[in-house]
Amino acid sequence: MSKRIRVLAAKPGLDGHDRGIKVVCAGLKDAGMEVIYTGLRQTPEAIVAAAMQEDVDVIALSTLSGAHNQHLPRVAQLLREKDAQHILLVAGGIVPPHDRVSLREKGVSEIFGPGTTMTQIAEFIRTNVSLS
Amino acid sequence: MDQSKIKEAKAKWAQSDPDLAKLSPRHTDWGDPVESLYTPADVQEQDYLEQLGFPGEHPFARGVYPSMYLGRPWTVRQYSGYDSPKDTNARFRYLLEQGQTGLSVAFDLPTQIGYDSDHPMSAGEVGKVGVPVDTLEDMEVIFEGLPLDKLSTSMTINAPSAIMLAMYVSIGKKQGLEPKVLRGTLQNDVLKEYTVRGTYIFPPKPSIRLVTDIFEYCSKNVPRFNTINVAGYHMREAGCSAVQEIAFAFSNAIAYIEAGLEAGLDIDKFAPRISWIFNTNNKIFEEVAKYRAARRIWAEMLRDRFGAKDPRSCMLRFHTQTSGASLTAQQPLNNVVRVAYQTLAAVLAGAQSIAACSYDEALSLPTEESVRTSLRTQQILREETGVTDTIDPMGGSYYMEALTNQLYARIKELMAEVEEMGGAVEAIEKGFVQKEIERRAYDIQKQVELGEQVVVGVNKYAIEEDEQEVLVESNPQAEQDQIQRLQALKNRRSQDKVNSALAALKQQAQGDGALMPVIIEAVEAYASLGEICGVLREVFGEYQPVRTI
Repeated sequence: MSKRIRVLAAKPGLDGHDRGIKVVCAGLKDAGMEVIYTGLRQTPEAIVAAAMQEDVDVIALSTLSGAHNQHLPRVAQLLREKDAQHILLVAGGIVPPHDRVSLREKGVSEIFGPGTTMTQIAEFIRTNVSLS
Repeated sequence: MDQSKIKEAKAKWAQSDPDLAKLSPRHTDWGDPVESLYTPADVQEQDYLEQLGFPGEHPFARGVYPSMYLGRPWTVRQYSGYDSPKDTNARFRYLLEQGQTGLSVAFDLPTQIGYDSDHPMSAGEVGKVGVPVDTLEDMEVIFEGLPLDKLSTSMTINAPSAIMLAMYVSIGKKQGLEPKVLRGTLQNDVLKEYTVRGTYIFPPKPSIRLVTDIFEYCSKNVPRFNTINVAGYHMREAGCSAVQEIAFAFSNAIAYIEAGLEAGLDIDKFAPRISWIFNTNNKIFEEVAKYRAARRIWAEMLRDRFGAKDPRSCMLRFHTQTSGASLTAQQPLNNVVRVAYQTLAAVLAGAQSIAACSYDEALSLPTEESVRTSLRTQQILREETGVTDTIDPMGGSYYMEALTNQLYARIKELMAEVEEMGGAVEAIEKGFVQKEIERRAYDIQKQVELGEQVVVGVNKYAIEEDEQEVLVESNPQAEQDQIQRLQALKNRRSQDKVNSALAALKQQAQGDGALMPVIIEAVEAYASLGEICGVLREVFGEYQPVRTI
């Protein structure tokens, strides 16, 4: 076990609620991961470009404004286009159950809802990440 | 009564039961220890007239108006804004029919950030967390059939506040009303957008110029409008303590006041129109004490530091909303109880206006039933419980007065720390406020995960639950419909008028003259919010956030 897991965290779209993502960033750091947080108002294109440039293993997105169906599938699609499907894509926020199903089909590995612990998120990432 | 005798007797009492001696100390939300029992010895230093006084009299600790709820109950003001201007109009009519007494408009994110619905950044966000407003036409639809002289309207808008005010004044004119009869509130508190809420557009300096411009315009033309609604609410939702909530909000207010004074305004011309939004959270007694202490600090500061002569300048009039972040997606009906306790605290504290959260907020937009339950929560408190029968009913409780004194001291300490850094703008530019809030949010999360802080239904008393299917969803057609409406309007309006209004705005923004008159002109030419903000972005530039992680 040598390589540390690298995570790119971002807020896609215009939502400014960043308490959750910042807490998750701190939690993943404490769990031994390297975390790069690119902040608010990130476009899917900017997120994927940063992820490729930083050579991350995981993209973690937070969305609470209801625009998840717009941004999350687009990130997954761009990862496919760039042949970067080895990057694990996860998200957190308020996403209704039926949207979660369709987002998983479109390439988002997991969507963490309210009440999820940092421990659960770190555990999921460790189990599902494919380290290059 | 001799205080030393009380202390002696208390020490003896504390030994009387072995259980008492064994107790591990409890702590307040901001970390001070809480005594097992409070006595007159804890408030012996209190000077009643100096520190509490009478309601409606300096320092207003017991309430800002002489008769408080005996004269007029608080304003019931639920926050709403849906899909489209038309749906929002229907929701407002419903709320007014149900006995709501003021309106509160939630705008969607593109509107709050100054993008039109057809801007690429707006994709997927139109009508999601509130109503989209692209042009004056949308505001006309939102307020159709609602006489503005009979209403007070609160608008949760910050960076584009001047534009929304201009639109409100314009629809007033179309209803045949002079601006001076309009009542309402603009949030207009950009500084907290940089720290926690995120709907900033321009850098601090031009943003504060827009704020003072509104102060000046309203003091002359719309004197009954609250020109700013300084917010502790969002910082508290982001994780800060009760002490930080008040201290950071007051520090932001000082920055606005100083800018107003620098612009040559008389303190008593604009301070009476400063209003507030705070967060009423779970710890009932601490929340009540917070507001009592805050009223005193504000009154003393305005009188003694800023030389206010008008008592209205010294009155901390506030709206409060219960805490959305305290609500859980698990066992959502439990939230009805949380909201009721928080609303009770707000009433015991003498709030001027209250929004009670809806119990399904952690899942989706609220249903009609959950909104009605929130409304009824307030009506039950007002009409069944007797909590409004006397003013400041908690006053005189040893605990309450001791807590109030402690909060008074703690808030002032933190305000002094911010001052020492050079004030709110500097503290924000250094990332101090952001880091303080982030650290505490993380600490709380760790405590919750360790079970040290109980969240009923989440880390204690959890049950197996089926996933809640969401009842209210935004209309997927709303975005396309709104874009089409905007396109149709753009084809209809006089482009020459728009162009010349925008050119005048640009010229004025490049200088240092008043902006409101040119913004009103642009709005009335049906220039869009995105076009107006676009001109201002060009002249003022855009804010670049401070990295704290």
